[in-house]
Amino acid sequence: MLRVERRPQPSRFWTWLTPPLAVAITMIAGGALFAALGENPVAAIRTIFWEPLFGEFAFYYRPQMLMKGAPLILIAVGLSLGFRAGIWNIGAEGQYIIGALTGAGVGLAFYPLDAWYIFPLMVVAGALGGWAWAMIPALLKIRFGTNEILVSLMLVYVAEQLLAQMSLGLLKNPDGFGFPGSRNLQDYAAAHNAEIIAGTGMHWGVVAALGAVIAAHVLLQRHILGFRVRLTGQAPRAARFAGVSPARLVLFCLGTAGALAGMAGMFEVSGPSGQVSIDFNVGYGFTAIIVAFLGRLNPLGILLAGLLMALTYIGGEIAQSDLGLPAAAIQVFQGMLLFFLLAVDLLTNYRLRLRTPEVAP
Amino acid sequence: MRSDHNRVPADLLTLTDLSKAYPGVLANDGVSMGIRAGEVHALLGENGAGKSTLVKMIYGLVKPDSGHMALDGQPYAPAEPRAARAAGVAMVFQHFSLFEAMSVAENVALGMERPPRLRDLAARIRAVSESYGLPLDPGRIIGDLSAGERQRVEIVRCLLQDPRLLIMDEPTSVLTPQEVEILFQTLRKLRDEGVAILYISHKLHEIRALCDTATILRRGRVVGTCRPAETSAREMAETMVGAAFAAPARLAGTPGDVALDLSGLSVASPAAFGTSLRNIHLSVRKGEILGIGGVAGNGQDELLAALSGELRTPADAIRLQGRPIGRLGPAARRRLGLLSAPEERLGHAAAPEMSLSENTLLSAAQREGLVARGFLRRERMRAFASRIIERFDVRTPGPDTAARALSGGNLQKFVIGREVLQRPEVLVVNQPTWGVDAAAAAAIRQALIDLAAKGAAVICISQDLDELMEISDRLGVLNEGRLSDIRDAASLTPEEIGLMMGGAHGMEVAHV
Repeated sequence: MLRVERRPQPSRFWTWLTPPLAVAITMIAGGALFAALGENPVAAIRTIFWEPLFGEFAFYYRPQMLMKGAPLILIAVGLSLGFRAGIWNIGAEGQYIIGALTGAGVGLAFYPLDAWYIFPLMVVAGALGGWAWAMIPALLKIRFGTNEILVSLMLVYVAEQLLAQMSLGLLKNPDGFGFPGSRNLQDYAAAHNAEIIAGTGMHWGVVAALGAVIAAHVLLQRHILGFRVRLTGQAPRAARFAGVSPARLVLFCLGTAGALAGMAGMFEVSGPSGQVSIDFNVGYGFTAIIVAFLGRLNPLGILLAGLLMALTYIGGEIAQSDLGLPAAAIQVFQGMLLFFLLAVDLLTNYRLRLRTPEVAP
Repeated sequence: MRSDHNRVPADLLTLTDLSKAYPGVLANDGVSMGIRAGEVHALLGENGAGKSTLVKMIYGLVKPDSGHMALDGQPYAPAEPRAARAAGVAMVFQHFSLFEAMSVAENVALGMERPPRLRDLAARIRAVSESYGLPLDPGRIIGDLSAGERQRVEIVRCLLQDPRLLIMDEPTSVLTPQEVEILFQTLRKLRDEGVAILYISHKLHEIRALCDTATILRRGRVVGTCRPAETSAREMAETMVGAAFAAPARLAGTPGDVALDLSGLSVASPAAFGTSLRNIHLSVRKGEILGIGGVAGNGQDELLAALSGELRTPADAIRLQGRPIGRLGPAARRRLGLLSAPEERLGHAAAPEMSLSENTLLSAAQREGLVARGFLRRERMRAFASRIIERFDVRTPGPDTAARALSGGNLQKFVIGREVLQRPEVLVVNQPTWGVDAAAAAAIRQALIDLAAKGAAVICISQDLDELMEISDRLGVLNEGRLSDIRDAASLTPEEIGLMMGGAHGMEVAHV
């Protein structure tokens, strides 16, 4: 009989080993799934995990991975701070949209001026926009004790309406023949989030994501503010005993998450997407929640989880087009990965013991 | 000590060679003992000696790894508490399992297999409670009852099952001396009716007053049996601990200036069934230990929170060396020299998942310079943690161990040590030795005494009257959020303190 037994201390060994183990189990279970669908499992797994990185068209897919991974990582790093402290910002998608609107708005306001300071101003405006949107649930929570999960989530739908309004109204391209959507910022050099080295997918959002990972790592490991975040999440009473102000922590966590999500939106609208349009947002803000947990709310883990998530998306698309696998099978596969990661996670805090069943005397 | 057990009347319950191992610890190691009908049998031992595991096996909550039990000569192996109750074994737990928002009768009904109609049940509760001198109104809401009355509910709940063996786990830890006396009368009456009572405690004078036989456990093994009435408390204590140990020494000093002054402190409790503090006046001088007694739940947690800064009060209500600090938060108060150690070790005084080294940051970040411009100084954190471990004899592999991996006594030594080593002007501790073994408790008390001797003012909130009498210069009692007059500890008898605690909380002594 197998028994699950709590470890006296979390195991460091398993903390690092569980993610690769989960990927391996997913490959096996996923392979079985694809085999059941009549596909060659080795080829399917190879297509998903190998093609984007080392296949014939890797030169195209690798930059894609960075471009898809960067906003996920940037948003997830911000969310992870709040999640660690027990502050549940579910509305990063809304903060992402507002950041894109304020960022693009500032850029478009300067059109067609050519000046070096426009792009930095847009970054600041994007961060401020996301921050301000996140301050709504934060202030409501502090002042009236509202639930930040509900408020931040509902503000996503408000933000979507605002996005539609802006692409049809204020930010609509005057030279766009009446079509919805703003001017394309890719055509406006001073506001374009261009690749820093052409063909690598390395735009300023990728730099910001890496910066956020490093900054969050230092904050959590070396700084008193990060300590307070961790303490509040693990032992809220101990945090109050230590003198942590819950209100300030709410402002800090929601504010940081909002600012980073806003920046992600801004980098997206001025780079890969190019314009404010009704269907600008594609769910990065929600997927980032999964990425944050996949990465165990640890900045370095989130970096890997974001890239892995991007990889399965791209690999999944290739498998759909090349092997004709149904989209649902790919989603099941991605779901399996999540499931196994969370399930195997048990091993960090618990151990399995083989036991003979107890015999009644 | 007598090793030959008098077995003339057959034992009601016999335990033979019971063993139970948990990961890393042998909780019970070949325990054999017998409990006769019509006796009060004490189970004596320090925390961690294996008393709880043993009674949990008898009550069917834990299965023994080996050994067997017999009840009335028949093999007895309860798979669950229900089977134990069916066999006539009942247990009153140290922590009550009552729903505060429901009435006495409803709570009793919830614990029954097939509860009768509430009105019939109320009549039975009234009958049983009166015949044993435990008056209880079945219609009252639990949330309004004192701890002593709540315990009566638990006892009456057991008596309704007509038990043959009644297990009581540390029943007096929540009672005033007067309530203890009422309880003892009830237990003696039950004994005279032929009920066997297994009485778990580490309070030696109670055991000497009540119990007929005692079995002493140490590290999971039976290390002695005795007749408590014929054995000195010191002898029992030494068997229990396995060594002679010194009681803390208290030298009378001359108190200095007033360090902390509370005038008219009133604070509403943030908890739903908490106790609000009402108009508390006290002052404590440098070099003095002020003891605050009282049954748990009479405002102890709130008083600690109001002093630590977790609860804010009007500025003038609390003065530290003349300076109003009622509005300051915990960090600002620590900077001024007011330190505290709450009762709950895991989750309040320490973060369970964090290492001891990280736990130093909770209260010592500023005073020990563990943070520079916002950044943690890990070397200094480790060094401070190591100093605490060394100076307070904390048994742990090292400063990187998670707090939850420490035993209660060791973690408590760490928590108290963390505050004491910061050289506070005023230190407030709540239940400093709760659930701590005798040796660690003595060490903690000595540390508080030494701290006062060096000129700090100490406030010790505790339910343990012996502890308060041992270390306090002056003593007050919290009762329903009010603080009694503060008196010289040396002039008080336990009975007087009991009266200050509210006597028997409105309960009359049994007339049976």
